[in-house]
Amino acid sequence: MWVLLIVVVVAVLWVIGAYNGLISLKNQTINAFKQIDVQLKRRHDLIPNLVNSVKGAMDFERSTLEAVIEARNQAVKVNASGPEAVKQISQAENALSSALSRLMVVVERYPDLKATGNVAQLQEELTSTENRIAFARQLYNDTATQYNTKQQQFPTTLVAGMARAAPADLWEIEDQAERAVPQVDLSRR
Amino acid sequence: MIGFVLFFAWLGFGGDYILALATTDAGPHAYHHVFPWLGIVLTLTAIITASYAYKTGPEKVLWSTGAREVIDPQTDGERQLVNVVEEMAIAAGVARPRIWIVPDDDPNAFATGHGPGDSHIAVTQGLLSICNREELQAVIGHELGHVKNFDVRLMTTLAALVGAVLLVRDGMGRWMWGRGRVASKAEEGGKKGAGPLLAILLALWIISWVIAPLVTQLLALAVSRRREYLADDMSAQFTRNPLALASALEKIEGATAPTTSIKRGAAHLCIADPLGRHFTNHEGWLGDVFATHPPMGMRIAKLKGMGYAQLKKEGGSFTNSALA
Repeated sequence: MWVLLIVVVVAVLWVIGAYNGLISLKNQTINAFKQIDVQLKRRHDLIPNLVNSVKGAMDFERSTLEAVIEARNQAVKVNASGPEAVKQISQAENALSSALSRLMVVVERYPDLKATGNVAQLQEELTSTENRIAFARQLYNDTATQYNTKQQQFPTTLVAGMARAAPADLWEIEDQAERAVPQVDLSRR
Repeated sequence: MIGFVLFFAWLGFGGDYILALATTDAGPHAYHHVFPWLGIVLTLTAIITASYAYKTGPEKVLWSTGAREVIDPQTDGERQLVNVVEEMAIAAGVARPRIWIVPDDDPNAFATGHGPGDSHIAVTQGLLSICNREELQAVIGHELGHVKNFDVRLMTTLAALVGAVLLVRDGMGRWMWGRGRVASKAEEGGKKGAGPLLAILLALWIISWVIAPLVTQLLALAVSRRREYLADDMSAQFTRNPLALASALEKIEGATAPTTSIKRGAAHLCIADPLGRHFTNHEGWLGDVFATHPPMGMRIAKLKGMGYAQLKKEGGSFTNSALA
């Protein structure tokens, strides 16, 4: 009689613990996803400054500069939510990333521009921004993986339904071209 | 923390018990030790010392190294450091720590604070000049690993407690010498069973007093080595680039001079042993007990093992250049 009571108490405590664990991980996953947005916004805000600082010296590279501004405006406009959110956001942001990398390659052709302190600082800021976006995605993927694993492991699966736990999507590369090694052409043409 | 307080409680109430035994059979006008005030006083002292050490530990450690905080980055190097720390904070999922620079040419770094919400990371000027961006990031990742594991809370408090215990021991030693004479007088009275038991208890009690600072030191060291390996692993996890940390450690090991700014009390908080001690390089029991850090060669080998695939592609060397 007593044994049964103890077993029931232990089982209830375990259910509470598992449920709380799932809720905690779910919220951490949502937070990590929003962190990516924070870093993306930071990049959106940084780009006009960058373009302004190099515009004067790079008159001949009008098209490259305009491509960057255009990509940035597109990315800002994307206001997606729901299951398609990740795909839409990543498409826009990837376009912006490639425009930016083309710009940085072009900056290499202007040694005078590079010599000025401003550009070195901005290159560091851009590198840092890209790194932050990458780390935010990494954190999101790590947290989402933890969440998914916990949901799917036995015996927590029994509680998953009660906690309304749904598997989270990982941040993936959609466009296969992204997986190719980037070609950097620094020849003076 | 609780262990520390309990240890002092045992010391205090043990002393009370011994004194009670010693004075029960003394004459009716002599002092009878009934109320366990010794135990209470010592426990209270331990609690107050522990809380004080907990609260002020980080500031004391930072002050003792002469570090200055980076609030408004002035140079490119400082800007890069701030960016690197913020990037690692994102990857680790913790709040951004406060950043300090120690004006010492020897490369080293340490973390202190109470936990992820309130932490400090300090690097020496030497580290900033020796490491490139990736290596710096790996070192910061290691320190953030300590922060995330609450190692900083444990280590900082222990660092402050080691000092406090030594103070208390000195004070109590003088007091006990006076009281000891009371105990031996009772023994001379030839009391029944209390005599031998009293002697044993007294001996044990005095031994534990002598051992108290040693125990505190050992507590600090017992966790140090394992946690260093764990912090290395966490750095690899955050950066996804274990070879960067391996390369940084090789550079740090290569710079032979000990870090003079970081004193003994803060040694176990650093990424490399700032005192340059030789028994750090021993594996096994002796090293585990006395060294604050694992052997550098072992740490580098483990990290290179993690980065095996990439190392093979680059055609790098698996032998440790620091040991060669």
